[in-house]
Amino acid sequence: MVPDDEGGGLMRVDLLGDAIDGLDEALTAVDGFDDVLVGGLLRPQPGQSDGLMGLAEAVAGTPLASRVAEAAEKTAAGAAGEDHFVALAAARTALLGSVHDALAARVEEVVDRPRAEESAGEAAPGGVGDAGRGEETQASNLGAAARSWLSDLARAGWQGIDHDLVAEAAPVVSAMLPDPALRRLATLLDGFAGELAACCPGAGLERIPVRRWADLWSRAMLLTVPGAGSASAGRGEATGRLLPLGVDVQEHATAVQAQVHGVFEPADGGTPRLVRASVSAPKPDTVVGAGLWQVLRPHMSLLTAVSEERVMALDAMPLTAEGDLIWDDGRARMGDSAEVFTTARVALPTAAAFPTAPLDRHPARLAVPVLLEGYAVEEGDDGAVAFEIAGQRLAVDAERAPTAGPLTAEAVASSAACIGLLRWDAGEFLLQPLAVERTVGKKSVAVHAGAWAGGTSDKAGVRAEKAATDAVKVLRERAGKLLRK
Amino acid sequence: MVTDRFISVPPGLGEDSPFVCMGDGALSLWERSSTARVMPSARPRKLAKVPFVELADGRLQGVVSSGSDARRVYVSSVEAGSYAFTCSTNNNRPCGGGRGWFCNHIRALIGEAVLQYGLERVTRYLKVEDPADAPDVHSLTSAMAGTRPAQGDRSTAAQVFSRFLRHLAYLELDPSTAPVPEMQWFPTTRAVA
Repeated sequence: MVPDDEGGGLMRVDLLGDAIDGLDEALTAVDGFDDVLVGGLLRPQPGQSDGLMGLAEAVAGTPLASRVAEAAEKTAAGAAGEDHFVALAAARTALLGSVHDALAARVEEVVDRPRAEESAGEAAPGGVGDAGRGEETQASNLGAAARSWLSDLARAGWQGIDHDLVAEAAPVVSAMLPDPALRRLATLLDGFAGELAACCPGAGLERIPVRRWADLWSRAMLLTVPGAGSASAGRGEATGRLLPLGVDVQEHATAVQAQVHGVFEPADGGTPRLVRASVSAPKPDTVVGAGLWQVLRPHMSLLTAVSEERVMALDAMPLTAEGDLIWDDGRARMGDSAEVFTTARVALPTAAAFPTAPLDRHPARLAVPVLLEGYAVEEGDDGAVAFEIAGQRLAVDAERAPTAGPLTAEAVASSAACIGLLRWDAGEFLLQPLAVERTVGKKSVAVHAGAWAGGTSDKAGVRAEKAATDAVKVLRERAGKLLRK
Repeated sequence: MVTDRFISVPPGLGEDSPFVCMGDGALSLWERSSTARVMPSARPRKLAKVPFVELADGRLQGVVSSGSDARRVYVSSVEAGSYAFTCSTNNNRPCGGGRGWFCNHIRALIGEAVLQYGLERVTRYLKVEDPADAPDVHSLTSAMAGTRPAQGDRSTAAQVFSRFLRHLAYLELDPSTAPVPEMQWFPTTRAVA
């Protein structure tokens, strides 16, 4: 039963299960290409040309048509150059962009919130064919080095990877990481290469994350094109109140990012907007758990606001056309307390989302804050959690929460209300919980994934903080002795 | 067949262990997941004794602090399959502790690797034939030592040491508040290996 008259407006959760026109066709073309990368393109087999041609046909009606058709043909003949690989990556990205748009349109129907006034911007796949700026020679050299490595990967195929090939990414990543303009590509390559290294040699792989690796490969390929990874041009400023909803943590062995989702209420009384604020850092792989918060905390006071359930007052904080606040502690002031579930019930239904940047249109990027109430919890034998609401089953990614935090799968399974991010993966919508409300006795108790972001007095949390502090201390001591001699 | 893969399944697919056999349906869903978790994150451990350990280049390798000299470290490694081992200082002086056997540095390295990655992953990576021989870190070490492995090629020490320095250099890089959309592909997880 859906309580229509309370909670975050009227969610049409029932629509999540409905088929989306054209989705299967687009994904079939994507899958066909992804399968080609499994065996590699050094000596393409006849069977592989179907996947390549299918991708070309799928974009035949777009401006990419002729470049992709040529690339597919050359690649099937075993004569692909790097530009051809870039064209194939662009075609795949465009297709998944269309999948993203269809899914985003469906989510818009489901959440039924105000629409953004801005146009969705240029719909072409971003970046491809952008002219590089001449002065960025070092950057473009590194981009070229990355492209060359990615091309070698495509030729080897996932089944052909070995330690030597994967290790070639390391010097490129090391050279890129210190340059803020290359940080995104470096972070992606680092995570990707780490994963590939753990799976070497590819010849013995029993199963391959086919779509995932094709995603990472395509995205990295496009980011090597000069200009593709630069921040969007349209940038404004945000002055007003920011009400946090929760924090999403992303990590691989050597990087972490925390993204706070919230509602921004402009001081001028304009439409409230859904925004994000991010902080990320490279890290040694032994910095985990509470160590992640410790790395990020000093750079974003908002993490403390999240923990303490407080509003922040923003003064001319930079804001991109996609709704990303470029956080600067100097432009933010801690405000009054504001319960997150109140924000979700009162402010969230009035908040309009920003459009997604062209290059970021991918299903993995969908993360729409929602409030769910009045659901039944379904628990599988294996501990998998799903919510049943209005006759619709919604899978819950209950493990997708930071280890250094109190939001456990058990808390999710015993909840009565949930703030989460609506996502889509492997053919279905799913919910990533950010916070839940449980009824304990007659009281509602909120449990937040990011409760320890700004620090904690929780016993287990304090222990985790201490362990993380000690770990970083040892590493810094070693670095002091060994790095600067 | 024993694999050295470490692959887990996204939630909702009915499996959360990398070792169970998936039905075709679950496998194909996993293959078509953008955010399938391929590598679990390292488990927290104390770093004083063994500041660096990794499963890389076909070896378990890392850096072990000297018990007596704070400025000295040992670079130790055990090769997967053959268990050929090396241990020397970062200035490439051989470790005197082992006398042809696993020295204490190597034993410490194996112990910390198991803490960081879990016994199963280390056992698989090192290609220990019968994981039943190694129900704990002590028996894992004995099982490998019992094959009387040879001394390995010490020239890899420089490479391992430079990887350690590269690892430390991550501490020197500045955090940023510009969004990194690529991190959407790397969701955190509470699930442990």
